[in-house]
Amino acid sequence: MNETVKVSRKQPHKTFSPTYKSCHCVAKFNIKHYKMLDYEGNLLVTNIPEIANNKQQLIKLYQAMVSTRLFDKKATLLQRRGQLGTYASSLGQEAIGATIGCLMHDEDVLFNYYREYAAQFMRGVKMSEILLYWGGNEQGMNFQKARHDFPICVPIASQVPQAVGAAYAMQLRKQQRVAVCVLGDGATSKGDFYEAINAAGIWNLPIVFVINNNRWAISLPQDKQTHAQTLAQKAIAAGIAGEQVDGNDIIALYCRLKKAIEKARSADGATIIEALTYRLCDHTTADDASHYRNQQEVQENWLFEPINRLKCYLIKQGYWSETDEEKLYIQSQEEVEIAVKEYLNTPAQKPESMFDYLYETLPDTLVEQRYSVMVKEPK
Amino acid sequence: MADVTMLDAINMGLRTEMSADSSVVLLGQDIGINGGVFRATAGLQNTFGKQRVIDTPLSETLIAGMSIGMAAEGLKPVAEIQFMGFIYATFDQIINHASRLRNRTRGRLTCPLVLRAPFGGGIHAPEHHSESTEALFAHIPGLRVVIPSSPSRAYGLLLAAIRDPDPVIFLEPKRIYRMVKQQVQDNAEALPLDVCFVLTEGNDVTLVSWGAMIHETLAAAEQLATNGINAEVIDVATIKPLDMNTILESVAKTGHCVIIHEAAKTCGVGAEIAAQLAELGLMSLFAPVERVTGFDTVMPLFKLEQNYMPSVARIIAAVTRSLKDA
Repeated sequence: MNETVKVSRKQPHKTFSPTYKSCHCVAKFNIKHYKMLDYEGNLLVTNIPEIANNKQQLIKLYQAMVSTRLFDKKATLLQRRGQLGTYASSLGQEAIGATIGCLMHDEDVLFNYYREYAAQFMRGVKMSEILLYWGGNEQGMNFQKARHDFPICVPIASQVPQAVGAAYAMQLRKQQRVAVCVLGDGATSKGDFYEAINAAGIWNLPIVFVINNNRWAISLPQDKQTHAQTLAQKAIAAGIAGEQVDGNDIIALYCRLKKAIEKARSADGATIIEALTYRLCDHTTADDASHYRNQQEVQENWLFEPINRLKCYLIKQGYWSETDEEKLYIQSQEEVEIAVKEYLNTPAQKPESMFDYLYETLPDTLVEQRYSVMVKEPK
Repeated sequence: MADVTMLDAINMGLRTEMSADSSVVLLGQDIGINGGVFRATAGLQNTFGKQRVIDTPLSETLIAGMSIGMAAEGLKPVAEIQFMGFIYATFDQIINHASRLRNRTRGRLTCPLVLRAPFGGGIHAPEHHSESTEALFAHIPGLRVVIPSSPSRAYGLLLAAIRDPDPVIFLEPKRIYRMVKQQVQDNAEALPLDVCFVLTEGNDVTLVSWGAMIHETLAAAEQLATNGINAEVIDVATIKPLDMNTILESVAKTGHCVIIHEAAKTCGVGAEIAAQLAELGLMSLFAPVERVTGFDTVMPLFKLEQNYMPSVARIIAAVTRSLKDA
């Protein structure tokens, strides 16, 4: 397995050196793609990574992916029944979240956009909290665990500069913490992203940017999003490490993300990991991808999805059986149902709550407005 | 105690608060070794180091976004946007995130940041350097918008802004950065936010203003006094949330109100004050509320900027109109 190639560069001011020829190369780059597990669950590498033999950890990742998929299915169903608002599914992309959640330390900070539920669940965010959020209740983002993690971020790429700020604070205070920021492929076209990765390079910040490249930004496929060959190469412009990983291959993802997080934690700088996956679902429940996407393409990509791939590997290794599988699905389904009950039984917030978290202390000017929405007890 | 300019007072306030509180950090473009294009942060990097006085790349969105991440992580970032004309790149961060982080996490994460920016016309600056668009921020729930009008208020309000647990947009009227000197005691004492300051008392007319226009307003009040008209001058200072009580009390006494601001008239903060006077103080008014403001035009380049900005003469004319039947 190749190590990340160090970016070779020459300082710009040397461009004016009298010894230089009229035309010469001042910088060279390449981007590596990492893949270790094929879609039938065969290891492609001879130098076996530690995780490939770590039964316990692999099962933990597998469980996280399965329960996230069942959660997704249920959430989508709730939306169709009118019991949930618009919901963004992570179908087919569960490996990315599971790996992030598994590798981050509790004290690290996650900046998620709105798909990496598996990461959030592994960090202690409750399924019922995610349901509350999409169900229109702000309490959903008041995570009872993972208290430092940022809430789901809807305006695309706006979480990226925030993650840089958190990483700066960690570095300033000499903490051994890391910020992990997840974004989609569409986000890499935004200025926020460029401004943020550029700064992460300048200050050598303890941060990892994970791009969930699910190939579709609502209706826009990657070749219409950018003319760049990869999204990982955008790291080059920022002077940070960048690489592409098969995002449905949890073993490759685990190895590369572990390395990137350790690198960040040991003050060795930022990394962009472009995780190649495929959005097997619509953009959200408000979307109908059949308007713009060939159904055959979706069918073909089911072959490469991450859960079955890991299951094949686990079975080949003798780590997993159909009995285990059955048990896991029953348990996970139960977990989801409990969360749904909890969500549906959570009372709506009082109307005046919309005033109660605007400022630490409610300004006098808002007292009357607040009073006007209060539900008066009948006498 | 020496006489200091508003810039000196801001610098003094930053230095005092950075000394007292190690979580205060400054970030912005050219604020470090250069001390800021107006010198507001001069010498601070020398004292507090490059890690706490951060020269950022030329990225306004980053500056605002970073400040949010820092604030949620327990720092108190004081970010400088070099000119208000470049603040619009921060809107997504300020409106979608800074103003509502507390609300959308139900108090789990908070955002005690200060975003400083010089604003307003009158210094013959290039295009995009002279606008007064404070109303854009005043419209946003969850923000505080604070505008000082003198060195001592700049010092005291800046300390209050940094200590405030919520995001504050701190707009500095650059025309008066060096115009007035005043004794300012470096006593680490903050002034209250969310309240107006009554600068001169009077019974005949209420003049409501903020920022650099306070100086034209005070000059007008002085001229009016020579004609026996006693104006009460109110410096709003915190335009969001708006302290209407002080204004209403004054209008209850005078019965006449003239609002003066440099920003364009339509949907300016003056419109909000006038609307609230109509809602809550109509019976106190003997004449319609007058507004003396910038025009609803693009801020002209500097050859015409004096024609755009409210003048003492325009203020006096408005007061005269208001009092004509009194």
